[in-house]
Amino acid sequence: AAPVQVQLVVPVAVVFSRGSVPGDLPSPLPFRDAQEMEISVNLRTSVTSRYEMAYRATTAQEEAALAAATAREADAALHPLQDVSMGSLTMYVVPETSSLLPQGTSVYVGKHRSALVRAGGSLAALHTRLRQVTQVMSFTATSIAAALSDRVPDGRLSPDARRSLKSSLGYEITFSLLNPDPKSHTVDWDIEGAVNSYVKPVLDKLSLVANFSVDSQILYYAILGVTPRYDKESSSFLLSAHSLPHVINPVEARLGSSAASLYPVLNFLLYVPERSHSPLYIQDKDGAPVSTNAFHSPRWGGIMVYNVEAPASPQASLPLHVDVDMARVMEVFLAQLRLLFGLSREELPPEFLLESPGNEGLADWELDHLLWAHTVENIATVSTTLTSLAQLLDKIGNIVIKDDVASEVYRAVASVQSAVAKLSMGHLHSAFQASKEAVTSSERAFFDPSLLHLLYFPDDQKFAIYIPLFLPMAVPILLSLAKIVRETRQRKKEPTKMD
Amino acid sequence: VCTSRFWFNYRHVANTLSVYRSVKRLGIPDSHIVLMLADDMACNPRNPKPATVFSHKNMELNVYGDDVEVDYRSYEVTVENFLRVLTGRIPPSTPRSKRLLSDDRSNILIYMTGHGGNGFLKFQDSEEITNVELADAFEQMWQKRRYNELLFIIDTCQGASMYERFYSPNIMALASSQVGEDSLSHQPDLGIGVHLMDRYTFYVLEFLEEIHPASQTNMNDLFQVCPKSLCVSTPGHRTDLFQRDPQNVLITDFFGSVRKVEITAETVALDRDLAAFESKFPEDELATEPLKYAEQLPVAQIIHQKPKQKDWHPPGGFILGLWALIIMVFFKTYGIKHMKHVF
Repeated sequence: AAPVQVQLVVPVAVVFSRGSVPGDLPSPLPFRDAQEMEISVNLRTSVTSRYEMAYRATTAQEEAALAAATAREADAALHPLQDVSMGSLTMYVVPETSSLLPQGTSVYVGKHRSALVRAGGSLAALHTRLRQVTQVMSFTATSIAAALSDRVPDGRLSPDARRSLKSSLGYEITFSLLNPDPKSHTVDWDIEGAVNSYVKPVLDKLSLVANFSVDSQILYYAILGVTPRYDKESSSFLLSAHSLPHVINPVEARLGSSAASLYPVLNFLLYVPERSHSPLYIQDKDGAPVSTNAFHSPRWGGIMVYNVEAPASPQASLPLHVDVDMARVMEVFLAQLRLLFGLSREELPPEFLLESPGNEGLADWELDHLLWAHTVENIATVSTTLTSLAQLLDKIGNIVIKDDVASEVYRAVASVQSAVAKLSMGHLHSAFQASKEAVTSSERAFFDPSLLHLLYFPDDQKFAIYIPLFLPMAVPILLSLAKIVRETRQRKKEPTKMD
Repeated sequence: VCTSRFWFNYRHVANTLSVYRSVKRLGIPDSHIVLMLADDMACNPRNPKPATVFSHKNMELNVYGDDVEVDYRSYEVTVENFLRVLTGRIPPSTPRSKRLLSDDRSNILIYMTGHGGNGFLKFQDSEEITNVELADAFEQMWQKRRYNELLFIIDTCQGASMYERFYSPNIMALASSQVGEDSLSHQPDLGIGVHLMDRYTFYVLEFLEEIHPASQTNMNDLFQVCPKSLCVSTPGHRTDLFQRDPQNVLITDFFGSVRKVEITAETVALDRDLAAFESKFPEDELATEPLKYAEQLPVAQIIHQKPKQKDWHPPGGFILGLWALIIMVFFKTYGIKHMKHVF
């Protein structure tokens, strides 16, 4: 893999509110500072992170906003006063005794790109907390290692890292309703409405990252490959955790995908169990039923089981009409979508309080988190692709590079250089766009159909073809040449003989 | 991949279809299988049982059936197409089912059968693929991380020569015979009149029949399949490029598909009232025309590509020199004075 050296710069503004300035500041406010850290992935790949901290005191407007009653209101009031460029962060330090943050929390992370941090007494304690928050909101060593996962020696990646999708220019999302028992259940789901109300806001927010296309379908008589066990105690059917991997395959054969698009597909399946197997619950490893009744598979999608209540009277006429509660279903599917993209909120320290992003699905800083990872991944991919293309040219000397392939390569090189430059200046948005362009160009150059090595004959094959043709033809020519030379020499001697 | 055509190569098609069936039975869907066959057996005029391909004598098992999805059939099975599928350098108009859309987490199984020799494999009786080309194609795949691990099985004469030249990591290879040996076929069926299967594949399939999606059998067992007493040829294998110990590699890692699964423990908190308000869309937004089928492919780009004008180049040095030599020798030998008689 090609060597990659990237510097990631995050501009952070640290704003001290009245009463929170620690006593041991190195110089009076405002001043600037920078913290660098090296994340080395393997011998030839290193990513340095540089947090450029700008410390200052609050303005009067910010002080007024921080006087709000709850952290959420403060965050909402502070939002218009911030520098909202992508990749930058703003930390507001509140006094240790402030009541803005609830008891026991020392950090509140808002929906946008700011956080409220409780002062810790000394500058050193504050620095530790600030470093934790800025890493959570931008990137950590783990997330960078995950982005460069094909360079990390196997076995050193955390399970989180293995989960996320590869950076791609687009994704196809397919929602499928599986009804194995149409004789008992007539299932109606307002998927179009649900997509418009719940899924579109999230995809609109993610539209910066990639193009999304959404389809939906209903499959009848699609059964799971596993027979669930009947559990007498709860009088329900249970699917154990170790049988879940075998559920997906029989269904996958029947899921279609668009013939024309090459984007990775994310499948979200809603399974309505048959009458004879209702209610059906999924068990986790400890045997407890899962509250969401859903599971997901990295890089593939997710499945949720939707149980239909038994009819009140046993004489109710079949088929039962079922109206799916789309909001509940979408809560689970969107959570799965977040997890598939690698955005998990689980491993945070307990004194952090995260604001829920609501219907948008993800906070601004989570979007930044994705963009940092994808930009680094794109740059690494481009450098590997172009290096291997160059190695291919070295190996097969007489390959012909067409003009458009050459121009794609030049464009890819220019874009990736621009992306690295922009990253080292802290402009995340333009760096990401440049890296996307670089990936498009390099993939187009590498996968151009004209670069098939079969079309270029190795030298030994050329000899093998031409020698049998030319050698017999050359024999009389060479003999005649020899005869000519002999005659010329004889003629030169003749005048002397004739005397 | 079945690289033969014609009726007397029935057994190669039966080999390939039987492996295809086993792999589907163990869970791999058609969207993840690229099947290349000449496909001229089932409807061959010499087939006494039309629309069937049997893999067992006494016609026990019809491996053709009605859910076989052949991606490259008949004359599309060429060395060029095979290498294009592997390396991904495919023209943009190729549909999804004909592509190998693998990434760095995919394990790939490649099974090839046909007639082969020392260092090459014959494709459809008209071209060959050499072991060097195959090794280069795998290296291209590795460079672009198109596979995590690759298992290569080949059932031809002198099959071991095909995996001699591999040099990319994470490849394991199995062959039905060593260099200098021929792979033999298993049993003829007197009703159909041709040999139905090759020995190595027959015993591999017997072995696979005992595997189910949750089985824990490992690769070392597969290496023991078909010893010399049953197979007459000596099967070989190559594991030096593979990072894991074959003892720890499950058969289902390649032949089946067992996905990693996680329980979903989180939910997103959605505000239903907000959503209900947003769904009151103005009606004119839905007046877009549905996409026609043809618009999904870049048809305009494909059909309007003008063929590139080939510039005329004067003949190069070699040809000029050769012709000059020939003409000079001709005239020196026969003399200039004969020119008027010649022309």
